[in-house]
Amino acid sequence: MAQDRYVCTICGYTYDPKQGDPDGGIKPGTEFKDLPEDWTCPVCGASKDQFEKEG
Amino acid sequence: MRPVEIKKDIFWVGAVDWSTIDFHGYSLARKGTTYNAYLVKDEKITLFDTVKAPFCEEFIETIAQVVDPAKIDYIVANHLEPDHAGCLARLVELVKPEKIFVSPMGKRSLEAHFHPQGWPVEEMKTGSTLSLGKRTVTFIETRMLHWPDSMSSYLAEDKLLITNDAFGQNLATTERFADEIDRSKLRAAMSAYYGNIVLPYSSVVEKTLAAIQGMNLDIDMLAPDHGLIFRGEADVRYAIETYLEFAAQKPKNRALVVYDTMWHSTEKMAFAVVDGLMDEGVSARAMHLKSFHQSDVMTELMYCGALAVGSPTLNNGILPGIAGLLTYMKGLRPQNKVAAAFGSFGWSGECVNILKNLLTDMNFEVVEPQVKVKHVPDKDVLAQCVELGRTLGRALKAKL
Repeated sequence: MAQDRYVCTICGYTYDPKQGDPDGGIKPGTEFKDLPEDWTCPVCGASKDQFEKEG
Repeated sequence: MRPVEIKKDIFWVGAVDWSTIDFHGYSLARKGTTYNAYLVKDEKITLFDTVKAPFCEEFIETIAQVVDPAKIDYIVANHLEPDHAGCLARLVELVKPEKIFVSPMGKRSLEAHFHPQGWPVEEMKTGSTLSLGKRTVTFIETRMLHWPDSMSSYLAEDKLLITNDAFGQNLATTERFADEIDRSKLRAAMSAYYGNIVLPYSSVVEKTLAAIQGMNLDIDMLAPDHGLIFRGEADVRYAIETYLEFAAQKPKNRALVVYDTMWHSTEKMAFAVVDGLMDEGVSARAMHLKSFHQSDVMTELMYCGALAVGSPTLNNGILPGIAGLLTYMKGLRPQNKVAAAFGSFGWSGECVNILKNLLTDMNFEVVEPQVKVKHVPDKDVLAQCVELGRTLGRALKAKL
């Protein structure tokens, strides 16, 4: 399992698949690519395409 | 305006806006505000931030009381919003600075605001340093406090952190330091600013303050870009602790009953809800939305763990003022609140369901049952409203 982290290029929030986004209804263990297309950054509201793989 | 030397060779050179009450088009700054800018006299004369555009010429005159503005070498723009960068283009033209320093997100913001041609812009990431001669500036990105571009500048030799909008307050005063005014007025202004601007980024406040504490910076002055400066270790600690308290949004034993009304039925219901809250020993305040601005409501909500919202049904919807308030409130993402809904109607009565859905959508814990009444509440309906207030009060106390 890849478990790659993705960073919001607008506000710097890091999506960590191990934690998911419980407030946004995303269970721990959800890969970034499996997030719904209408999922948005829980901090600044940026869309999924504004995220880049950490590294 | 008179410049004020806040540290040896560091001057407040901002503008006092005594009369602009409409703050940025969405909130009210009832006591005016200041746009703080700071000028450092060193081998490289450096200006931190500017002021809002209408104050440009006054600002340049204030700087001129310290140094000839043309001698400024560097400009730091900690945040590109026009109340702080409103004179940047004018200054660049006048000063022809050797460099303009911004955060990486600030570079994007600067380009989108000014579409500059050939400005000597340099990006400073967190931890980047800049020597001014006798002193060194360390830059700290503070993204989402409260824009992506936001940045703070730390002057280690002076133990000074220029924090941009963080720790700001809308207060137009001749005083420049927080210890020169009444503490309760200061706290009220801090909470109004936080509740209307910083609140949605409370989790970022906690993380950023923890990260700054982790950097072990020696700070004895916090200089925000609005309002008063916190000087001395005790006041620095006060400002940080106040922000951590605001960010935690721990529920308080106080309720806000906000409503709008057409023929006073929803208003009568609101007062009955207040009675119910009183019965449970909960301090409450009723606010008729036509008498208060949405930003006053958000400031009041900072002190409350419970919210009751009342609106009559108008043409199968809720009153537009309440809809606007709840849109504004949703964006500010208040946390840890219990809520209730009530309202009168003429024939269809959608109001309470719409209110319930909007409040639930904001993650408020909404108590049941909502109360609605056709046309005018009688004794029984008002008793149901009192009971709603009691239920809300008990739900709040269970969270304290």
